[in-house]
Amino acid sequence: MSAVITVRLEKGSTSTVEAPVKETETRGEEELDIPWQVVVHNDPVNLMTYVTMVFQRVFGYPREKAERHMLEVHHKGRSILWCGVRERAEFYVQQLHGYLLLATLEKVV
Amino acid sequence: MEISREGEALRISDLDPFLAELLRQIPLSANPEGVSGAEARLFIEPSREKEICSEWKSYVEPELRRLFRSATETVAADLAQLNGNEKSLRNRSLRIPFEHADAWLSALNQARLVIAEKYKFSDEELNDHDRSPIGSRRDLGLFQVNFYGFLQEFILREMEAH
Repeated sequence: MSAVITVRLEKGSTSTVEAPVKETETRGEEELDIPWQVVVHNDPVNLMTYVTMVFQRVFGYPREKAERHMLEVHHKGRSILWCGVRERAEFYVQQLHGYLLLATLEKVV
Repeated sequence: MEISREGEALRISDLDPFLAELLRQIPLSANPEGVSGAEARLFIEPSREKEICSEWKSYVEPELRRLFRSATETVAADLAQLNGNEKSLRNRSLRIPFEHADAWLSALNQARLVIAEKYKFSDEELNDHDRSPIGSRRDLGLFQVNFYGFLQEFILREMEAH
């Protein structure tokens, strides 16, 4: 997830010696949102080759990465495909549902 | 039955009447109406959050319904090539243009998921590709799931090569 961070510089002025620079982080609105993850769950009906193709298409993953996620779904029952802002996560889940994959979005805990 | 590539299309030839009929059953088999659990499998709840599910039902589900219906309609139109009586289906062939490949993958997947829900097949049954002979509606359903899966595999392989 891309973080929006602004850095404000504050300088002290009560001394003739310049005070050290303080860095204050202020987070953007998007960053304050809790990150969401896109999870794909195992489904005995969907073919492994089909699931791999869907991961490549939806996330633009290279074949090896798509296969790793597919195998994780197959062996462990689920795989986290993506993590980030809710709107984007919803978009990915909609795409995955369009391909009939068992996908959900979950808050990162 | 033979499947081959023919220019910008796939051709399924030497179709016997039984397999031709299974192909013609794809759009009907993909319909979740009246199949317990099928609707819920095709239109999955996206989250545990009620608010998200409610919005999803209003805005996303109608889109998905349109997408799935469009795919089965494309497949049904291609399958019109097989119209005719059983006798005329002998050694018939079916041409699937590559531009319809996504619609075929979707319709075959819809059909497989609905049939699997209908008969509540176990993982073991779904992984038993050598099961024979067909002695019941349930066995026929499993054969359909495997046959449609075989077609999906072939279409995927040809799409990759294409």
